[in-house]
Amino acid sequence: MKNDNVRPDDLKWRCCQCQSDLVVGQVAVTYMNNRFTTDLPHCPVCKTVMITEAVAMGKMAEVEQILEDK
Amino acid sequence: MDQNELRQWENRCIQEEPPPCTAACPLHVDARAFVGQVNQGHWADALKILHRTLPLPGILGRICDAPCRLACNRKEVGEAIRIGDLERACVQRTDGRRRVMPLPKKDIAVAVVGSGLSSLTVAWDLARKGYVVTIIEPTENIGAALIKRHQPLLSAEIISVEADLLAHLGVGFVTLTEIGTADACRRCLNSHAAVYVGLDAVSGMPWEIGSREDPNRNRFAGATGRDGLFAAGDHPSAVWQAAQGRWSATSMDRWLQKVSMTAGREKEGPFETRLFTRLQGISHLPALSMADEADGFSDAEATEEAARCLQCQCLECVKVCAFLEHFGSYPKKYAREIYNNESLVLGERKANRMINSCSLCGLCEAVCPHDFAMQDLCLASRQSMVDRGRMPPSAHDFALQDMAFSQSERFAMARHAPGTTASRHLFFPGCQLCASSPGQVRLAYDHLRNTLSGGVALMLGCCGAPAHWAGRQESFSAELARWKGTWAELGHPRPILACASCLRMFKDHLPEADVVSLWEVLEEIGIRESGIILPKAPLAVHDPCTTRGEPALQNAVRRLLTHLGVEAEELVLGREHTECCGFGGLMQNANPALAREVADRRGRRSDSDYLAYCAMCRDNLAAVGKRAVHLLDLLFPDPGNSDPAGRPRPGWSRRQENRTRLKEELCRDLWGEQPATLAGYRKITLRVSPEVETILESRRILKEDVRKVIAHAESGGPRFRHPDTGQFLAVFRSSHVTFWVAYSPVADGFSVHNAYAHRMEVLGP
Repeated sequence: MKNDNVRPDDLKWRCCQCQSDLVVGQVAVTYMNNRFTTDLPHCPVCKTVMITEAVAMGKMAEVEQILEDK
Repeated sequence: MDQNELRQWENRCIQEEPPPCTAACPLHVDARAFVGQVNQGHWADALKILHRTLPLPGILGRICDAPCRLACNRKEVGEAIRIGDLERACVQRTDGRRRVMPLPKKDIAVAVVGSGLSSLTVAWDLARKGYVVTIIEPTENIGAALIKRHQPLLSAEIISVEADLLAHLGVGFVTLTEIGTADACRRCLNSHAAVYVGLDAVSGMPWEIGSREDPNRNRFAGATGRDGLFAAGDHPSAVWQAAQGRWSATSMDRWLQKVSMTAGREKEGPFETRLFTRLQGISHLPALSMADEADGFSDAEATEEAARCLQCQCLECVKVCAFLEHFGSYPKKYAREIYNNESLVLGERKANRMINSCSLCGLCEAVCPHDFAMQDLCLASRQSMVDRGRMPPSAHDFALQDMAFSQSERFAMARHAPGTTASRHLFFPGCQLCASSPGQVRLAYDHLRNTLSGGVALMLGCCGAPAHWAGRQESFSAELARWKGTWAELGHPRPILACASCLRMFKDHLPEADVVSLWEVLEEIGIRESGIILPKAPLAVHDPCTTRGEPALQNAVRRLLTHLGVEAEELVLGREHTECCGFGGLMQNANPALAREVADRRGRRSDSDYLAYCAMCRDNLAAVGKRAVHLLDLLFPDPGNSDPAGRPRPGWSRRQENRTRLKEELCRDLWGEQPATLAGYRKITLRVSPEVETILESRRILKEDVRKVIAHAESGGPRFRHPDTGQFLAVFRSSHVTFWVAYSPVADGFSVHNAYAHRMEVLGP
């Protein structure tokens, strides 16, 4: 997954717990014993990662499918 | 599946068997493909097909007596295709010259005596294999006997084009040389490694070659009983002469190479094909006459004649199955794909989706001339995928979660009828009928209790079919064992089932339960006659695919309809040949788009409203806009719904709510038990617009999941807030799925704006 998954409007969301703006940075994800990193928005304080609808229904679904058939 | 099993599966599918014309042709010309090219007007491509199997097409293409016509399927619905005349038209229109690539030269001299069709074929085949071939012709002209016999179709010019090709391959010609004495024969045999005598053009007498009945000549093709001497061609048919030449050339090559003369030659010559081609519904068409028989077919006539060709193939199963059609092939190829999928160590398992998309309905087996059961193949493969840990988690997860819900305390229950402690009967309505029509389940149970003597117990729950369809044998066995345990606790009452899938599962996997369908019971005990509103038009009966092989059940349904006074219409594919609604085999989980197409196709078989007697069938048809009633809609009508055929399919959340409510209401009203009060997240009230309902349904997100996410966020879990809209975006991971919900608090609960999910786990920055 590349950085073009992050759109400007995604960074308007703020973390409620920490009252922080989100930053984009490397995040580790895992599925079916495969682990990799990609740039995703997250809270710099509590580290909660935000997955947008576009990422979940797009690239993530695509990669899930590929890994399921591997 | 091992290689041996694969071959057994492959052998059962006959789609790749040759068409009758090819099988009947001594040379096995691919006449079907040839005629197909002629139909397209592609003469050069048609000739290429002849070149593959026909020796010297410039000659044989003109004089072939086409024994294929006797086997042609078209003759059953008209007259056989005039394949011989089409061959003639083809070679007349195309240039006989072509490039031929012989094998490297062998230093082995072979003599071919006579230049009839069999001799020319031997020369052609052996020269291409690299032998040094010499044709010895008694007269002045090569092919003299051929021309004489086949005038005016053959001429010296035509023969010379093919003779040039032979010369190009290095064939030498010796003319005006008669070998008429025993001495000459001996000399010829001594100076060549092998000799072929073409009995279609020269006499076998000087060679002391016996008649066709001579056992020496029947040991293998071309045999004479003498080492190095071969002879054949004494058949009246031109194509047989060529074929005998070809088989003799094979024998000579084998003899010269010192290999088996007989091994692997079973399919030389005509044989009966196993290919089945359905001829019903094909209109009768006679053969096309030529404007001028001497000139042969004109272009237009040839195209028209070729268009009559049936292009014989089987595809009986593919014609009736959207799944088989969708993946673009046929069972023989699918068997290979499934085998490859299982054997793959590294790389993409491309057949996963195909294997999981089959509805396991068995229609393929019902229509296949050789009983190819795609459902058995796919189910075995799913079981193997599960055993090897290779089943994609997303394929069946949702259905298995729904099954777990059905088996939880929120739906599952078993009781003797109120006020009784023993039961002779057990009503087991199944999970999805309760999910779709809880009111009618209750009315049916009331009716059974009031009518049957000996007590009617009630069991709510699932039969385990989703686990079976998902290939999870352990889980399925556990569900059956659990069902059996509860049944035993009730004292083994006779199970009355309302769902055809449950019936199938119990009949196949728990025969000792001796189940009976609700429809057969109702036919026996009678129905309540009050309040029944009959449909104004006939209803087309849609038999669930799980009733295939259950004619008694199917008949009971029809007799009930007759009793009610409902006019029943039979669908083209009904009863033994009924189609799946798209839910069977969890097709709907693994491939929702295909399941929808299947339901849509089923719905278009008739304009009439449908009568279904499986809740899932009715709901899936309703989901694609097909008006359909469930048999219970007629037998136990809902007074609040005047148009049951127009009832929309309840969504997945509603299906769970319906099940829970049915259990609560039955427990409260019949057994006086108070339902537990809603706790925790289940108390949350949601406001969901129809648009968002559609999103939830298509993404298989339950309101239950949405409540969990909001409850988690509202009790301090992570969430984000958008400053412009004020919406919250919250997240919660439940078992193997992460759910995201965009929501806003409203006066009495929460308004849901969006929801989505992913299986991938986010570990963090």
